[in-house]
Amino acid sequence: MNVVQAAESLLALSQQEELEDLSKDDPLSPSEDEGDIDGERKHKKLLEAISSLDGKNRRKLAERSEASLKVSEFNVTSEGSGEKLVLSDLLGPVKTSSSLAAVKKQLNRVKSKKTVELPLNKEEVERARTPLEQEVFNLLHKNKQPVTDPLLTPVEKASLKAMSLEEAKMHRAELQRARALQSYYEARARREKKIKSKKYHKVLKKGRVRKALKEFEKLRKVNPTVALEELEKIEKARMMERMSLKHQNSGKWAKSKAIMAKYDLEARQAMQEQLARNKELTQKLQAASDSEEEEEGAEEEGELVPDAVNEIQMDANGPNPWMLRNHSRGTKEIKVQDPEQLPEPVAHEASENEEEDRPGAEEEILLNEFEERRSLRKKSGLSQEAKLVSRQEPKDSSSQEVLSELRALSQKLNQENQQSGKQNVSSVRTVLAVQREEPTEAEEEPLLLQRPERAHTMEKLEELGKEGCFQNKEVPRPVGEGQQSERNPDNQPGAPKEKKRKEQMIDLQNLLTTKSSSVKSLAVPMTVEELEDEEERDQKQMIKEAFAGDDVIRDFLKEKREAVEASKPKDVDLTLPGWGEWGGMGLKPSAKKRRRFLIKTPEGPPRKDKNLPNVIINEKRNVHAAAHQVRVLPYPFTHHRQFERTIQTPIGSTWNTQRAFQKLTTPKVVTKPGHIIKPIKAEDVGYRSSSRSDLSVVQRNPKQLSIRHKKHLKKNSVD
Amino acid sequence: METAPKPGRDVPPKKNRLQAKKKKPRERRNLEPQRSVSGAQDPFPGPAPVPVEVARKFRRIDKSKKLPHSKSKTRSRLEVAEAEEEEISIKAARSELLLAEEPGFLEGEDGEDTAKIRQADIVEAVDIASAAKHFDLNLRQFGPYRLNYSPTGRHLAFGGRRGHVATLDWVTKRLMCEINVMEAVRDIRFLHSEALLAVAQNRWLHIYDNQGIELHCIRRCDRVTRLEFLPFHFLLATASETGFLTYLDVSVGKIMAALNARAGRLDVMTKNPYNAVIHLGHSNGTVSLWSPAMKEPLAKILCHRGGVRAVAVDSTGTYMATSGLDHQLKIFDLRGTFQPLGARTLPQGAGHLAFSQRGLLAAGMGDVVNIWAGQGKASPPSLEQPYLTHRLSGHVHGLHFCPFEDVLGVGHNGGITSMLVPGAAEPNFDGLESNPYRSQKQRQEWEVKALLEKVPAELICLDPRALAEVDVISLEQEKKERIERLGYDPEAKAPFQPKPKQKGRSSTASLVKRKRKVMDEEHRDKVRQSLEQQPQKQEKKAKPLRARPSALDRFVR
Repeated sequence: MNVVQAAESLLALSQQEELEDLSKDDPLSPSEDEGDIDGERKHKKLLEAISSLDGKNRRKLAERSEASLKVSEFNVTSEGSGEKLVLSDLLGPVKTSSSLAAVKKQLNRVKSKKTVELPLNKEEVERARTPLEQEVFNLLHKNKQPVTDPLLTPVEKASLKAMSLEEAKMHRAELQRARALQSYYEARARREKKIKSKKYHKVLKKGRVRKALKEFEKLRKVNPTVALEELEKIEKARMMERMSLKHQNSGKWAKSKAIMAKYDLEARQAMQEQLARNKELTQKLQAASDSEEEEEGAEEEGELVPDAVNEIQMDANGPNPWMLRNHSRGTKEIKVQDPEQLPEPVAHEASENEEEDRPGAEEEILLNEFEERRSLRKKSGLSQEAKLVSRQEPKDSSSQEVLSELRALSQKLNQENQQSGKQNVSSVRTVLAVQREEPTEAEEEPLLLQRPERAHTMEKLEELGKEGCFQNKEVPRPVGEGQQSERNPDNQPGAPKEKKRKEQMIDLQNLLTTKSSSVKSLAVPMTVEELEDEEERDQKQMIKEAFAGDDVIRDFLKEKREAVEASKPKDVDLTLPGWGEWGGMGLKPSAKKRRRFLIKTPEGPPRKDKNLPNVIINEKRNVHAAAHQVRVLPYPFTHHRQFERTIQTPIGSTWNTQRAFQKLTTPKVVTKPGHIIKPIKAEDVGYRSSSRSDLSVVQRNPKQLSIRHKKHLKKNSVD
Repeated sequence: METAPKPGRDVPPKKNRLQAKKKKPRERRNLEPQRSVSGAQDPFPGPAPVPVEVARKFRRIDKSKKLPHSKSKTRSRLEVAEAEEEEISIKAARSELLLAEEPGFLEGEDGEDTAKIRQADIVEAVDIASAAKHFDLNLRQFGPYRLNYSPTGRHLAFGGRRGHVATLDWVTKRLMCEINVMEAVRDIRFLHSEALLAVAQNRWLHIYDNQGIELHCIRRCDRVTRLEFLPFHFLLATASETGFLTYLDVSVGKIMAALNARAGRLDVMTKNPYNAVIHLGHSNGTVSLWSPAMKEPLAKILCHRGGVRAVAVDSTGTYMATSGLDHQLKIFDLRGTFQPLGARTLPQGAGHLAFSQRGLLAAGMGDVVNIWAGQGKASPPSLEQPYLTHRLSGHVHGLHFCPFEDVLGVGHNGGITSMLVPGAAEPNFDGLESNPYRSQKQRQEWEVKALLEKVPAELICLDPRALAEVDVISLEQEKKERIERLGYDPEAKAPFQPKPKQKGRSSTASLVKRKRKVMDEEHRDKVRQSLEQQPQKQEKKAKPLRARPSALDRFVR
């Protein structure tokens, strides 16, 4: 019984090992975990590739997977070199005094703030306001700690300088070797992982289980606390089982057995066994232990559970896991930093893997180191990314600025348009000015009639001419002034082009504001004696006039543009999104593909109102009228214009004189009523009659008469 | 049994014989001029000469347009058609002689402004019959009046805002009916004859006969503001407050089309007598052109800055006069370009416009009516100086020129004024078309004929002559379908096959050479054509070239 339980627990352990994340707690992880690393990396790469599909922040990551003996500084990318020291690390060596605890907290808070606010933070840091802060700064200054830029302390810089050439060389050689070893190891792991043989894996698994059992027994004797830890792991495995319910009859094997169970006793037994196992696995284990141990266990749990959480998170947001792991075991890192003091858990694990050969163990150690390095690198990369993001934001804002600038420019352009339109009007203005001299009623028009546009022209008149007018004050135009100054340099390269482009607009303006000559009318409409309702109506009209739309032209142009757009033949887009490339939400087919599958319809004939700015002519075909039109060309005509020419003259009496109408409509054959119409004969058409021809034929060569003819003749003679 | 008849060689075909017959008398006439019994010679032998300009007026075929090369058979047909047209036009020109009446006009003594001539002066000057045509109806009780003359110009109908509706034979001043509809009258219009009268009342559209009996109440046309009648189509077009333009076929009593103008209240409408297109004026300064066959306007013209107050189209369909809230009076060319020909600012702006048959333009501004005249019939009225002005006792509410009479009817607050405008109307009427002196029997006859010649509503389009053109699109379509059905193009040109020649000139090499020659010629034609098209494209390309950015542009902020 006991033995069985132990075996089961071990099995669970093995499962757990499989599921567990490779390296974290055990720097010397077994080979399979390495394989997992590989898979993970691949997954991450994939994620990155997908995220870089957006195209904005596409960045080629130089990565090496193969070993090369030649390792030069040129091959090494700079990405890993940014081993920045974090402020929190630097605070480590400072003695943990109670006075500094507050500072530490504060600094942590500062650090936890978002990157975007960093510039503000800096200011905060530099300006010490509270006495506490001042104290902190004093302290920092005393210890020669960098306040603003936490890169390297002077001490560290000095130590860096102290590194001699030999040391550096050695260091490099070490690096080379380690890299080579790593790649060997990776290659082996990959090879082993590729083995498909079930038997091999079964054996492997069994071996592992046996080993684990042995170790567990040994551990119980040597170190009961660690054994307990192990037990916890088993517990965790049980939990996993409970969640996954692997040992219920939902598996493939179980299903097949369920079918067989009716007839086969063995199968039935196997099923029952499985169910029993399920029950066992899902039962809650009771571990009696001391409070201390419990605490430890809790600690362990605390260590374990976050890892699992991290695992999930890693999947969620690719590049993070390394950093997160660092948080969870900051203490270990510190230990790793000094190579002489091998960390206890490492040694422990090494002892576990005694069966493996020594170099293998060495490899593992080295690998672990590199793992750490890599994590650091990743971290720096992350920070870089953060920086990138923060840099992007200002960019966005700048782009917005550009946009707003553009908008302003377009507005200016529009205003210029109007201005230029007015300029054209000015040519007419001279005429106006002349006419103005003769005092007419038109000039004394009520102010209400003066729309802003016209007011402008008037203003200019005044500017050109003599008397100042009250209208000037009425219509403020701060924009116009600016444009005038802009308009002055006419020799700008863009000016003529612009002018041409605006011809249409100018035309339209002209159309609506030209040649408004004054009236010379003898009878001026009286507005003195009016009925009440008339007065009311006039009032209404005045109001209408006052509020008549100035944007009539703009509206009309917009309408016309829409009409033109609507009448344009549409292009046919045959692109299938997701066909031959990545699909999903928010992904657009590539421009190349779109271009390739876009069928452009040929441009139709130019619109009739192309050069008429004030007109929209409907280009739609009148189908009802077309039904009455000729749609087949009669015989001798080969072109429709030829035929059209023959039907151009109307034949009705409405359009013609009586004689012409009669002539046009005379029938080709006229028949008198009551007159007998004889059937047509060949003689009538001008041919000789058949009987005669027969005779003639007979006369000409009587011997060649056919039998038929003879018969015919006989008949005739008989008749 | 008879054998098949063989075509005889000796007998000429019928056609030739006919031609010969035709030619003979003409020749005879030319050779020996007719002699009278007395023996005196005709001093003007031959047919009477026809002035070329007059004949040109009746020409329909535009010979300036080039035709594609045609085969002999086609050419002969074309020649026949052209000859026929020429003959007809000459006949029409000759019959101009029968138009005996001449239009009158007003001419000031040297330097005198005709606009200063008052109605009283004209009435004093003209004969008694014409003087009787000037009259005032003092109807102050029932508000401003709208009025309409019957198509023959013999009858006058008017409706006051306060419900007063009356028709009378205005020449004899015989009252036909007078009723009060007890409802606001927005507009009034005769249908095809004086026997029927459409009245746009406050609620619905009503139709009365000449005795004032209500025949119909058309509830589908509600809140109608303006009425127009298209005589050849028998369509009554109504513009409503709800923004709908409705076409009612009065011959069958069916609504042919109800079009939503999508421009709010419609109260400015006129018809184009030439092509029966309805013009609507809108508050956004545009005039839209409508046909019952299309749901959208045929064209939209931006005319004024403010809203459009009045629209009128002249009888030839060439000019359109508009007045807007911007106090402008403009004349537009309707022959395809829709561009303004003239504009004028009026002190108060014109609220009502009307064109006479001969192209005089009347504008009602407040209580004044101004009339402008052009140079001739087909010229636009020049807005420089008014031809006539007249002040009324009230504000103008309706303007209508009487057909075939030099009379302008003005409806205003104080009633109706019939003022004399010399040279306004067409002096010669077509007795078959609209005879002012027709009897009842004649009217009935005419009605039947007109109904038989009714033009379908869907034929209304901007260019009525386009109906005499081949529907090219469906022609092409059918051709394409035929090619698809047959599998080949029956009208395609056969590829060139060199004729076999003798004396060794039909060697393979020479055959190929000949083929090659023809092919090259075709190719050259193609190149020539494309070269002709290229300059247009180059012009297009030239623009971007000029705008090429210079190297210094990078320093421009």
